[in-house]
Amino acid sequence: MARLPRWISQHLAALRAVLVFTVLTGIIYPLAVLAVAQIPGLNDRAEGSLIYDAEGNVVGSSLIGQSFTDDDGEALLPYFQSRPSAAAGEEGDYDPLVSGASNLGPENVVDALPDPALGWDGDENASKSLLTQVCERSLQIGEREGVDGSRPYCTDTGVGAVLGVFYSEGTSGEVTRAVSLNEECGTAQAPFLAEYEGVQVECAEYGEDYAAAIITPIEGDAPEEPAVPADAVTASGSGLDPHISPEYADLQVERIAAERDASTEDIEALVEEHTAGRFLGFMGEPAVNVVELNLALDEEYPVS
Amino acid sequence: MSETTAGVIFIAALIAVLALSYKPLGDYMYRVVTREHHRKVERGIYRVIGARPETEQNWAGYARSILAFSAVSIVVLYVFQRIQHWLPLSNGFSGVEPGLAWNTAVSFTTNTNWQAYSGEATMGILIQAAGLAVQNFVSAAVGIAVAMVLVRGFARKATDKLGNFWVDLTRIILWVLLPLSFVAAIVLIGGGVIQNLTDVTSATTAAGDTQSLTGGLVASQEAIKDVGTNGGGYFNANAAHPFENPTSWTNFIIIYLLLVIPFSLPRTFGRLVGQNRQGYAIAAVMGVLAIVSVSLVVGFENMANGTVPQAVSAAMEGKEVRFGVPDSGLFAAATTLTSTGSVNSFHDSYTSFGGGVLILNMMLGEVAPGGVGAGLYGLLVLAVITVFIAGLMVGRTPEYLGKKIGAREIKLASLYFLVTPVLLLAGVAASIAVPSNLESMQEAGPHGLSEMLYAFASASNNNGSAFAGFGANTPWFNTALGLCMIFGRFLPIILVLALAGSFAKQKPIPATAGTFPTHKPLFVGMVVGVTLVLVALTFLPVLALGPLAEGLQ
Repeated sequence: MARLPRWISQHLAALRAVLVFTVLTGIIYPLAVLAVAQIPGLNDRAEGSLIYDAEGNVVGSSLIGQSFTDDDGEALLPYFQSRPSAAAGEEGDYDPLVSGASNLGPENVVDALPDPALGWDGDENASKSLLTQVCERSLQIGEREGVDGSRPYCTDTGVGAVLGVFYSEGTSGEVTRAVSLNEECGTAQAPFLAEYEGVQVECAEYGEDYAAAIITPIEGDAPEEPAVPADAVTASGSGLDPHISPEYADLQVERIAAERDASTEDIEALVEEHTAGRFLGFMGEPAVNVVELNLALDEEYPVS
Repeated sequence: MSETTAGVIFIAALIAVLALSYKPLGDYMYRVVTREHHRKVERGIYRVIGARPETEQNWAGYARSILAFSAVSIVVLYVFQRIQHWLPLSNGFSGVEPGLAWNTAVSFTTNTNWQAYSGEATMGILIQAAGLAVQNFVSAAVGIAVAMVLVRGFARKATDKLGNFWVDLTRIILWVLLPLSFVAAIVLIGGGVIQNLTDVTSATTAAGDTQSLTGGLVASQEAIKDVGTNGGGYFNANAAHPFENPTSWTNFIIIYLLLVIPFSLPRTFGRLVGQNRQGYAIAAVMGVLAIVSVSLVVGFENMANGTVPQAVSAAMEGKEVRFGVPDSGLFAAATTLTSTGSVNSFHDSYTSFGGGVLILNMMLGEVAPGGVGAGLYGLLVLAVITVFIAGLMVGRTPEYLGKKIGAREIKLASLYFLVTPVLLLAGVAASIAVPSNLESMQEAGPHGLSEMLYAFASASNNNGSAFAGFGANTPWFNTALGLCMIFGRFLPIILVLALAGSFAKQKPIPATAGTFPTHKPLFVGMVVGVTLVLVALTFLPVLALGPLAEGLQ
């Protein structure tokens, strides 16, 4: 047989190598791991740490967070609430088919306001900035739990307190105009700030171009350490975070106790039971598993 | 204990276990690549491939084998994705679109693992295990093999023989990557990482909703994704996903896995050149740069500067409660200091300066400690440049490990250094010049530029992580970033192999009193300095327009 040209034989060798290693590392290796994963003790975990009810139906995984809201996204009050989730799919938040984060940056502070005729739900070009999302969640949670929901850089109405400031020289000089960028004239009562550097603050007109303004977040006088904890107003990286901080759990205890006719001590004890400290005392952060906690609540203090 | 104290102990514990692994793993890898005798199973593999293990290749032959192997890998992986719908265990997904299949094939073959797709919505169990994860193994092995060739260039004298690619590839996969990954996968399952053949389990939650719990061969893929500094997540959320990284201690293990081979390879290098102290010097350079970088990222995230972090009172957006801020920052630093690109928290939401350091980590050329193999050869090239500069200062012919650095060597080393800046800066400049590309920036102003900068830094350095708000799935960016991945991987490899070839040909010069010692703290300090100066001169202007401008507002 005539010898193949060198460059062809080289690529044939490469092809055979790819196939050999596909069998070895792509089939034998994962199946060997799968075989070891069948060992009792490991197999429950390999299957996804599934939680079953008395009838043997899967009610979730102890590792994957769930949302405890009704069809309209309103919090179900007898349950501890999870963190906000950016994994919103066809089945609502905490959808493992679309895991992921918001990916919004630290200076994402200006909303794309909706067409007043369509509103936030109707206008698909409209979007809330990360700052406004944080402010809105904080206010909502504050109301729900009966604490002060205010935060720095947030207005009293729960949007980002951000001015677009125009200067006489472009980026310097006298302030000529100030617009509250996240407060649309039709919906906002009055801008969160009456005056900025002696200039009256305007509300924002939909469709107007404020690109020439300098974006100026206003800190305001809210406490630096807000009553609503950080994890309660931010979305996790996975969108499936099963945990909340012990602080956020504490904040919810009274509401849960009232909703379930239990004493706060009882609920606190249950929270304690489902709180994991740092592993070995230094790895990670203390965390409360909301999924397991809520299932335990239903078992021990069912809603009457 | 405060969050900061816990974070500091976490970092100290990590350094301790890496230090404990340095000798045993480095020595073990030395034995794997130098063993004379070919084992039976290895011979079987060579027979199938049609390789002759006794024949060693020169640098060009070695390069041709790597290029052929990588080209075939790209084609096989491309076809595999395109025909997914005809294959079993495809979770009912259709064949992957041509543009995306191409981008993904290039991405996994180049050890980048840039993911323009969402794992749980695009790739079935079979393609993940037998397609993507296979490239995780082989692309990692290619990186280590190239590093071994460069080291042989220093160690050998007056020869053009630099080893046999098929032997190096086979041994590194069989005896380094496979055993490490196997053990790691079992440990990870113990923490809750899944390993099953179920596509979806339907759950009915307490709130009465339906939740689709995803399955898959995750643990086996997670292990090699970290061990091989690949970084391509099984799921879209990568190592933030509780099924990939369920607990604070699996987080520790994963960070350890992605650093352990790159940090132990200097030991293998020291053994091969017959001077362990040279290995310590290289490891020290890596360690110094890494500690500075980790401290900066964790520090900036803890300070939580910026409007939204201040409003929140912590940089918690995109981070998981179980990891907390410090351990997330450490992961982010580790993943960008190596070529991993796996994430346990989402970098786009990092503080401006914290995110800026992540970009800078990649711009350093990923040498502290860098990707498996790629980090070592990258740092050795920087050591060559440092010795050259030191030689210019005192006016004598520079030499490193007894090999002269002449015109040809310094040209190759300089070209090596220039590849990424050219790809990165030219890529960003060309992209910005096209107005329609600006739509890919999720945010206006400096953060938008940071997003684009991150994308090109990630692709050119084969990292694979992203400021994920950036809309990279357009024909322009799929093409441009794909080219950056290919050139950013293979041009440096060719240059390194050529450099190895020209070192191997030389006869070593005995060290004299005038030889600049390359194992002392002075040299370590100089390599760190040269690296920082070169990178700062190259990238400071563009960093000033992106993360620095954003953070200083």
